[in-house]
Amino acid sequence: MMKINEEVSLETLVGKVAALQVAGYRFVTMTTVDCDDYFDIYYHYDKDYELYTLRLKVEKPGVVPSISTACFAALIIENEIQDLFGITFTGLVVDYEKHFLLAPDAPEKPFCHVPGVKITTVDSPAAKKEEVAE
Amino acid sequence: MSMIVPFGPQHPVLPEPLQLRLEIVDETVVSALPVIGYVHRGLERLAEQKDFQQDTYLIEHICGICSFMHSTTYCTGIEEIMNIEIPERAKYLRVAWSEMHRIHSHLLALGLLADAFGFESLFYQIWRTREHIMDAMEFTTGGRVMLSAACVGGVRKDINEEQKKFVLEKLAAIEAEFKEEAHVLLDDYTVKSRTVGVGILDAKTAYERGAVGPTARASGIKMDHRMTGYFAYDKLDFEPVVEDGCDAYSRTKVRIREVYQSIDLIRQALAALPDTPLKTPFKGNPNGEAAVRAEQPRGEVIYYLKGNGTDKLARCRVRTPTFANVAPMLHMLNGCNLANVGVIVLSVDPCISCTER
Amino acid sequence: MSKFTGKSPWVVHFNCNSCNGCDIEFLACLTPLYDAERFGVLHVGNPKHADILVVTGSVNKKNMHVLKNVYDQIPSPKAVVAMGVCAATGGLFADCYNVVGGIDKVIPVDVHVPGCPPKPEAMLDGIVKAVEILKKKTKETETVTEELPVVIVKPKELPAEPAAPEAAKESEK
Repeated sequence: MMKINEEVSLETLVGKVAALQVAGYRFVTMTTVDCDDYFDIYYHYDKDYELYTLRLKVEKPGVVPSISTACFAALIIENEIQDLFGITFTGLVVDYEKHFLLAPDAPEKPFCHVPGVKITTVDSPAAKKEEVAE
Repeated sequence: MSMIVPFGPQHPVLPEPLQLRLEIVDETVVSALPVIGYVHRGLERLAEQKDFQQDTYLIEHICGICSFMHSTTYCTGIEEIMNIEIPERAKYLRVAWSEMHRIHSHLLALGLLADAFGFESLFYQIWRTREHIMDAMEFTTGGRVMLSAACVGGVRKDINEEQKKFVLEKLAAIEAEFKEEAHVLLDDYTVKSRTVGVGILDAKTAYERGAVGPTARASGIKMDHRMTGYFAYDKLDFEPVVEDGCDAYSRTKVRIREVYQSIDLIRQALAALPDTPLKTPFKGNPNGEAAVRAEQPRGEVIYYLKGNGTDKLARCRVRTPTFANVAPMLHMLNGCNLANVGVIVLSVDPCISCTER
Repeated sequence: MSKFTGKSPWVVHFNCNSCNGCDIEFLACLTPLYDAERFGVLHVGNPKHADILVVTGSVNKKNMHVLKNVYDQIPSPKAVVAMGVCAATGGLFADCYNVVGGIDKVIPVDVHVPGCPPKPEAMLDGIVKAVEILKKKTKETETVTEELPVVIVKPKELPAEPAAPEAAKESEK
C-alpha cells in the first residue's frame, strides 16, 4: 500500500517542493489520477530509497502553479499532464502548449473521465462492443 | 548569432524517432529541447480498459528491451495491493530473467554506442556476443524478446536442469568474448578520444535533475534499487557499480561492469533455486493503491497502480527510467560540439518507446 | 539496370510506433549471426540512398507525416516491408486512442511479416521477398529507348603550320 506523507494545497505547494529540494530529496515523478469530480496529483520524492509522497487535490478543469522553476525535472512530466488531462500549469519554464505528446489533430484530454470525451478508436470492433455494453 | 538545427526524428544514429531541437552557435550547442510524441500510443489508457491479468501481457509491450522487467514490476504492484506472497522459486527465477535482460540491454546499448562513434566492427562484435544471451532466453522461455514468463502471483515458466546447464555455458561464452570487447571500449586510444570528457554531468546536477540508473551511478551517486532487496536480491551478494568520471566514458564503464555483475547474479540465483511451486493461487480483484519501484537496465522504474475492486484498474501509471534521464541529458548537451550529440544521446541509452508509452 | 538492382538492396529502417521489440530483432538480422549482408543488404540511414523501406510499429497522428515524408524521399522503384503485426493492423495497440492503424493507411505495402516480434529468420525471408518484388518493379518501370544512330564527331584536322618563330629560336639555342 502506498503511504501519503503530506497533503498540500495550491498555496503551499511551491514552498513545500522548494523545501524538499533543499532537504536533499530527489524528484521522482508526478502522478495524476482522475477521481471523477476532482484530480489527485501526487508528487513523488525519494530519499534513501524511501518514497515521500505529497498529495494535491485540484478542482476540475484544474489550474496548478508549476514547480518547474524550483525543480527543472518536473518540466517534462508537467507538460505531459497538460496534454493528457488538460490541467493547466502556470509559469512553466518551457510550455509546449498542450502539444507535447499529442499531435494537433489527436483526441484532447484522452485520460479524463469527462463524459463526452470519447476515445476515438474508429474502426476497432472492441471499442464498439464496449459502447454497446455501456 | 544562433540557429536551430533539428536532430531527428529519422537520423542515422538514432534507432528510434526522437527529435532534438539544438540551438547552435557555429559548432557549439547552446541549448537543446526535446520534441517527442512520435511513439506515443496511449498504453496506460488501454491498460485501464483491459482486465488486470491481461495487462501483464500488454505492459510487457511498453518496451521490447526490458519487457520482462516491466511485467514483473507490474505484477509486484498488484501483489502488493492484494497481499500475495510469491513462492521462493519464483523470486529467484524473476532475478535470473531480469539479469538476463540487463545483460542483453547493456550489450545492445554498448553496441549502438560503438556505432554512434563510427566503430562498426566493434558494434557487430558486441551484437554477436549478445546473441548468446538471446539464445539463453529463448531456450528457457521460448521467446527471444517477449518472454511472457511473469504473471500475477509468480512466474509461468520454469528453468530445469538441462536449461540451467545451457544458460551457464552461454554465460561462460559471454564472459570470454566480452572481455576482448570491453578491452577495446575501455583502453583503445581512438575510442577514448570520443568518450572521455564528453557529456559531463556532475553529481549535484544529476541528483537535482533526477537522473537514475547508470547515468546517475557514473556521476558518483550510489543508487541502485536492487539494494532494497525486492524479489530475491536481499539474499544475493552484490554491490552497486559506481564510477565518478561523470562523462560518457564512465557511463560505458558502469555498463561494462554491470554485465559482469549480472553474470555473477544469474549464477548465484541459479545455484540457489529452491524447490517450491511456481505460483501462488489467489482470488479476487485488486482494491487499493500501490507505488512500486524496481531497477531496470536504464534505471529506476516506478509503477503507480490503483484498483477499485473491479477487474479493471482505475489508474496505471508508469514512469520509465529514460523519462527521468531526459532532463539530465539536456544538461549534458549544453556546450557540446554538434558532432558529439549522437555519442552523448546514446551514452544515456535512451529508450523512447518506454518514455512515451 | 534491372539485372543489378536485386543484387544489393539498400535498406532504410523507420520505427513508427513500435515497442522496440521488432527494431532490435531487425538490427539483430544485420549483425553477424543472421547476417543480412550475405544477401547484399546494406543498412543505411538516408532514405535517398535506399531501395527498401522497413517499417516497424503502427501509425499515430504525429508520425504519419514523417513516414510519408521518408517514403516519398526514396527514389522509385521501391518496396515496403511491414515488420510485425503492429505494422500490419495495429496489433496489440489497435485499441489505443492515439493509434490510427497499420501503415497501409499511409503508404502502400508490398510484404507483411507476421509475428510479435517476428523471428530474425522470418524477417530475412520478408526482405528476400521484397527484393524479388523490387526486381519485378524495376523491370516494369524500365523504359527502353530506341537505339540512336551513332555519330562520331572528330575534331577537324588542323592545317599544318610552320613552327612558331620563338620556339624555333629556343630550339636553336
